[in-house]
Amino acid sequence: MKSIISSYDLTREEVEEIFQLASKFMKEQKGDSLKGKTVALAFFEPSTRTYLSFNKAVINLGGNVIGFSGAEGTSVAKGENLADTIRMLDNYSDAIIIRHKFDGAAKFASEVTNKPVINAGDGKHEHPTQTLIDLFTVFKHFDKIDGLTYGLLGDLKYARTVNSFLRMLTRFNPKSVYLISPPQLRPRNEFLEELNYPYKIASNVNDVIEDIDVLYVTRIQKERFLDELEYERIKESYVIDLNLVSKMKKDSIILHPLPRVNEIDRRVDKTPHAKYFEQASYGVPVRMALLTKILGE
Amino acid sequence: MEVPTKKELLVSKIKNGTVIDHIPAGRALAVLKVLKITGSEGLRVAVVLNVESKRIGKKDIVKIEDKEVSENEANLITLIAPTATINIIRDYEVVEKKQLKVPEVVKGILRCPNPHCITNNDVEATSVFKTVKVKPLKMRCEYCETEIDENDVIRQILGNPQTKPV
Repeated sequence: MKSIISSYDLTREEVEEIFQLASKFMKEQKGDSLKGKTVALAFFEPSTRTYLSFNKAVINLGGNVIGFSGAEGTSVAKGENLADTIRMLDNYSDAIIIRHKFDGAAKFASEVTNKPVINAGDGKHEHPTQTLIDLFTVFKHFDKIDGLTYGLLGDLKYARTVNSFLRMLTRFNPKSVYLISPPQLRPRNEFLEELNYPYKIASNVNDVIEDIDVLYVTRIQKERFLDELEYERIKESYVIDLNLVSKMKKDSIILHPLPRVNEIDRRVDKTPHAKYFEQASYGVPVRMALLTKILGE
Repeated sequence: MEVPTKKELLVSKIKNGTVIDHIPAGRALAVLKVLKITGSEGLRVAVVLNVESKRIGKKDIVKIEDKEVSENEANLITLIAPTATINIIRDYEVVEKKQLKVPEVVKGILRCPNPHCITNNDVEATSVFKTVKVKPLKMRCEYCETEIDENDVIRQILGNPQTKPV
């Protein structure tokens, strides 16, 4: 049993096993690998998809769920610190899934408890289970992860999904990765320095769109900016519209971790490139597979 | 009564303890900070500031009676005083010269500059920095992965934004 704090906590073989298992759960939708087990959902920050899909995944596997979504109504609202909340959940559960607004909170939680901790998003740091879903969508569409050209677009500095995505790709052999963002939102050097595949920095999506197989769009998130004026200046730097989509390769896909605001024109939803809702639908089977790997074997 | 010479006052020997010599001038207090010596421990400590040194021009010296600096503590000193030499004294004799190397891990001394790092937001979360590169120094927060360089480290420990690295 181990914790999943970063994409680096999974090997390529483990990711592939999770994909095989997730494909099985897409058909069966049920299992008993968590029978008699209790999973705590410690969501200190609001979440819809991640919270609900983990919840459903545990139930589908015959396990019990305890926990909370949002710190209101818990002792956190009275000033209880993270460590004490985790110690309390440690007594009641076999694994803890944590979502927190502070960077590094999941790692800190994993040091407080001996139970496996799954990082369901910690500040602007990582969100490895979202990446499993993202790459599973790629795998379902192309039947491979290797050899494709990826384009990551939007907020590449503060988006935790991007950090985890870049890191998990080091387990594979992408042909190339375009990092498309305003200069202020380029990925942090700490993350770029570790990449073992070719990548290119770009600022104009029109220049590279014809090359891309997987366009991963992120929202420019107001809550991650220290300076509201900076956010206002660049919040709508990119909009994926039908004109841009018309330049894409026939078989290429658009992904988005959601929620989407204005960065993808709603008319794009009806094109065959739009895979973001399908991507969201994989949340439950992928998380069932991950939980089975961590707790069920 | 014999009046002690200036030299004797500055370098008088200690019976047991640690002598930290060749500290870059002006950083002796920071060395004490790294060693978490505040004065309230009751240790007898001599601090000599800005004396001549053939090796480094001007230097500071710290002598601590009845405390032998550990390997880990010695390594921490390299963060702010890479030229320092550390001698362990027993019965007035130097019995050990510590070999200094940049520590692999620094716990609880450096503050993560990321205001959203858990170490700045939970009373129990202690900062941990791992050394990524020795020269030029680069350290990474174990929690949020924010990196700091030599200037950041010195600025934090000395509390002086103007200070340049040695």
